[in-house]
Amino acid sequence: AESEQLDGTPCTELLVFVGTPGCDGFPSLDSNESYKLLVSEGFLLLSADAIWGALRGLETFSQLVGRDKNGTYYINKTEIVDFPRFPHRGVLLDTSRHYLPLRAILETLDVMAYNKFNVFHWHIVDDPSFPYESLTFPELSKQGAFNAMTHVYTASDVKTVIEYARLRGIRVIVEFDTPGHTLSWGPGAPGLLTPCYSGKDPSGTYGPVNPILNSTYQFMTSLFQEVSTVFPDFFLHLGGDEVDFTCWKSNPKIRAFMKEMGFGEDYKKLESFYIQRLLDIISSLGKGYIVWQEVFDNGVKVRPDTVVHVWKENSTPYMQEMANVTKAGYQALLSAPWYLNRISYGQDWMAAYQVEPLKFEGIPEQKDRVIGGEACMWGEYVDVTNLTPRLW
Amino acid sequence: SRRAMGRAMGLLVGLLVGLFLVPAVLVSTGFRPGAPHAGPELAPELSEREPGSSGSLWPLPQWLRTSGRRLQLAPSRFQLVPGAGSSAGPTCDVLQDAFRRYYGYIFGQSRRRKRGLGPLGVPREPELSQLEVVIESRDPGCRSYPHLGSSESYHLTVAEPVAVLKADEVWGALRGLETFSQLVHEDDYGSFLVNESEIVDFPRFAHRGILLDTSRHYLPLKSILTNLDAMAFNKFNVLHWHIVDDQSFPYQSVVFPELSEKGAYSYNLIYTPSDVRLVIEYARLRGIRVIPEFDTPGHTQSWGKGQKDLLTPCYSGQKPSGSFGPVNPILNTTYDFMTKFFREISTVFPDAYIHLGGDEVNFDCWKSNPEVKEFMWSKGFGGDYAKLESYYIQKILDIVSSYNKRSLVWQEVFDNKAQLKPDTVVEVWIGNNYPYELSQVTGAGFTAILAAPWYLDYISYGQDWKKYYSVEPLNFLGSEKQKKLVLGGEACLWGEYVDATNLTPRLWPRASAVGERLWSSRNVTDLQDAYERLTNHRCRML
Repeated sequence: AESEQLDGTPCTELLVFVGTPGCDGFPSLDSNESYKLLVSEGFLLLSADAIWGALRGLETFSQLVGRDKNGTYYINKTEIVDFPRFPHRGVLLDTSRHYLPLRAILETLDVMAYNKFNVFHWHIVDDPSFPYESLTFPELSKQGAFNAMTHVYTASDVKTVIEYARLRGIRVIVEFDTPGHTLSWGPGAPGLLTPCYSGKDPSGTYGPVNPILNSTYQFMTSLFQEVSTVFPDFFLHLGGDEVDFTCWKSNPKIRAFMKEMGFGEDYKKLESFYIQRLLDIISSLGKGYIVWQEVFDNGVKVRPDTVVHVWKENSTPYMQEMANVTKAGYQALLSAPWYLNRISYGQDWMAAYQVEPLKFEGIPEQKDRVIGGEACMWGEYVDVTNLTPRLW
Repeated sequence: SRRAMGRAMGLLVGLLVGLFLVPAVLVSTGFRPGAPHAGPELAPELSEREPGSSGSLWPLPQWLRTSGRRLQLAPSRFQLVPGAGSSAGPTCDVLQDAFRRYYGYIFGQSRRRKRGLGPLGVPREPELSQLEVVIESRDPGCRSYPHLGSSESYHLTVAEPVAVLKADEVWGALRGLETFSQLVHEDDYGSFLVNESEIVDFPRFAHRGILLDTSRHYLPLKSILTNLDAMAFNKFNVLHWHIVDDQSFPYQSVVFPELSEKGAYSYNLIYTPSDVRLVIEYARLRGIRVIPEFDTPGHTQSWGKGQKDLLTPCYSGQKPSGSFGPVNPILNTTYDFMTKFFREISTVFPDAYIHLGGDEVNFDCWKSNPEVKEFMWSKGFGGDYAKLESYYIQKILDIVSSYNKRSLVWQEVFDNKAQLKPDTVVEVWIGNNYPYELSQVTGAGFTAILAAPWYLDYISYGQDWKKYYSVEPLNFLGSEKQKKLVLGGEACLWGEYVDATNLTPRLWPRASAVGERLWSSRNVTDLQDAYERLTNHRCRML
């Protein structure tokens, strides 16, 4: 609209009315993010049931304010009623393949707020490095980080991220991915990973977490005790993806265990055995969990309130997977079509935009189990020099 | 250090032999300044470089010998200076500027800059006190601009107590300084070390360019200058400035100010004459030529905003449709305009070459216009609009020629059989079967540069640098004489999806792969070794 008459009375304030108190708390899956915005002659009101809705409304308000060619700030008479379609709207950052300095994470949280994202999925450790400074097991980052002085997240750093996120209505869901994707855990936790064998002798290399030792479960209990206190969100992401069975198969003690347990040659059963015990540990700590889809695909017995994270594009078409997961009664998160690290030429935002998360055959109750999705920025080719223009 | 002690003896002998042989190399193969040609390939027995032992030099020099013997540099005392007998001394601004720049690159954040009362600590290795730069040619080039025939060769000897960098012209010294800066490394204790080495180096191809597009998205000056720095780190020597196009006209012309007034995205998204001078000088100090491209007759929508009647009015049946097509080739006013415009361009841009574009001319608009159709008939072109395009381009080539400038054109101009001057350079950009096109262009006797496999705006997931690195420009059917007509190539970063927010990480270090392909010897193809060096080079560039 070109030169329109500006209504006389300048607006002097935006009144923000929040129904329920709760400024000190953390956002959760059930948080109410709805708001109403009213802009009329001389009266601006933003009302929300919860503080989180007020944040969303403020973002919208800031987007409504324009500036004309004389430099005057103006806003059109407007009425907005808004609330999110999906309660879990996440961005995944990978700080293991490449370390991301704090400022990169905080900047990402800012841009997430501009886009009303409300979950920061922190894939904090993986094979290449272990930057999480654990108080219980300081050797993990000392030995596993790219550089123990410069490429770590201290307890203070983690607190900073969590608080920065909270002030933007963003939940921080941390992922400690096991039993695969754990090579960097090895140096700081001797005996945790499975020693691979070359014939009769250890080859010197290591594989996934060793599922047959009691020490493994003691370790996990202690670690996750710490993680549960450090990260306030109800949910933890436990990973469980891409477990390579080769190393387990090569290890004679594991083969013996398989026999003893009657698992035959089905190593998925061993994986399930591990995951089930891990999930029990997490449950006993009073946390809920999200797992990658393999955990579901491999028939692991999980709690009914488990969230299954669908990421594979091809083995089963992901929409079919969404149907399967929700049909089995679990809540689902969609990421498969949103692996933003897979760059391509041109306006690829359109392909991401055109995904319809509920485009699968299922009854309404199933569709209700889709709680949302996440855009993933895996870090194989991403660091602070290119994160922001690649993600946004 | 990666040199094993056990090989020291063999290397010592080799070093002596090498020192004897190198002058022979210089005499027989010759560093021939002035003749653009593909660099001579060194006989294998002279190459002392072992796979995996080249440190992190990028691009890899033609001939390199290093020993295990290390020398130490003290930031408070080390100096880059002109050497005795150099034709370029302290008054040579190209060198003086380079000395300051490279001192900074070598010592980075080191605090020990001030000359103290004496050495702090006992040096563990012998000290290298300075690098002397000797320019050998009588005319070093300090006050001039680099050109296609400039000599970029250099001979670097790093030995106690003084390293010597010899080059014919200052441009070679710039290349050698870059290499020297790559040789210096820090040890675990923060000491600056360099291995005793000898390097003889020169580029395989004389034209090694980067194309930036400042029309699809305006690029602020800072972005362009940062890119020139990155180019210098990779020994690129041509900035192909695709400055205007359909979308915007940011070039502020003195003779036709309305072009940018009406054609730029906005009043502040322009390049003033002062901005242009800055880019040219910044480039010159890095031995980089600036070749502007004013692409016509297609890709000119933005020109029509500020220059009435320049573009062809398209017709819908009998009446003008309101839209415009390529430059109107049938009007005298067009050529009056181009004559005046290119006179300005010829004075503003000092390089001997101007890129005239000539790509992707859509004939639909011309075909729709009755006056153009009439002209076609009067000229006897029949229905072949390629002839009209050639008619136009030939006239522009003549105009530019009259200002003593040479031209580069995109391949369509050659494909559509325009009559080119013998020194016109044809840029091959169409991806389909470009080796065939190279055969055709060079077979017809024209010089060529290759861009087709190096469109870096075409991003894809993963380590795509490998595919750019694996291109072999001379893999086409043709005689040795034809192969010599390939002057080099360009990595292109078209701007449809690129602006200052993402240019640098998108272009680098992918363009580095192209940089090595165009500088280093043909047989430098080992991807594993390249990966090792490139990862180090990337961190160094950051």
